[in-house]
Amino acid sequence: MASDPPARRDRPLSPHLQVYKPQWTSVLSILHRITGVALAAGTLLLVWWLAAAASSAEYFAWVQGFMASGIGLVLLIGWAFALYYHLCNGIRHLFWDAGIGLELGPARASGMVVVAAAAALTVLSAVLALAPQGGPA
Amino acid sequence: MSFRTPLGRVRGLGSAKEGTHHWWAQRVTAIALVPLTVWFVVSILMLAGADRGAILDWLGNPVTAGLLVMTILAAFHHGQLGLQVVIEDYVHNEAWKIGLIVFVKLAALLFGGIGIVSVLKLAFGG
Repeated sequence: MASDPPARRDRPLSPHLQVYKPQWTSVLSILHRITGVALAAGTLLLVWWLAAAASSAEYFAWVQGFMASGIGLVLLIGWAFALYYHLCNGIRHLFWDAGIGLELGPARASGMVVVAAAAALTVLSAVLALAPQGGPA
Repeated sequence: MSFRTPLGRVRGLGSAKEGTHHWWAQRVTAIALVPLTVWFVVSILMLAGADRGAILDWLGNPVTAGLLVMTILAAFHHGQLGLQVVIEDYVHNEAWKIGLIVFVKLAALLFGGIGIVSVLKLAFGG
């Protein structure tokens, strides 16, 4: 029982991911990670917005103007989708942690629900935020 | 030289000697962020296009300011825990790995701190 047996070299490696056909569960798994990293960057946008509000009315108005510009809207809608997807899929993960829904069928179905919910919430948010001012709010 | 088996070494607190702390912290912040995120998104949608006065009114309520501080704390803690795992999975050069993890943790402290100070300044009237 040496600490590093030579036989270690010959052990089989797990197959490369590329040999697998993409599936709902595998694609949504990596999307959880991608949206998580995107949200880490997107949270800086929130801090920028708060720091601008804490700085001056002029600078805050400029930042609000940037957020309403083409680039700003693309960033915000992307941030919204990443947030809704990571939130919904995170709840799916918490159920898995409790041992619920781990079978193939439910895991695939809950993934489809998560994508549909994230897309619907993103569209709903964009409609609400871009609705003409002077509504009921 | 140790006679302990690899299995024996990772039992209990595991080879990294921190046990399940990282995993638990990630779940606890995740659970906190579910209601906090829903509250935050609803609030922010109602503030779309608002001027600075509306933000001051919103954060003038101590409950709102407290919830937003907690949201920032939970979000940055959760975010740096997640980024740490991503770095550990994909960066195999030990120096780069440790350097990036330290950078992410310090950046989370810095930007989380700026966010919280901004909320407090607005809460106290700007």
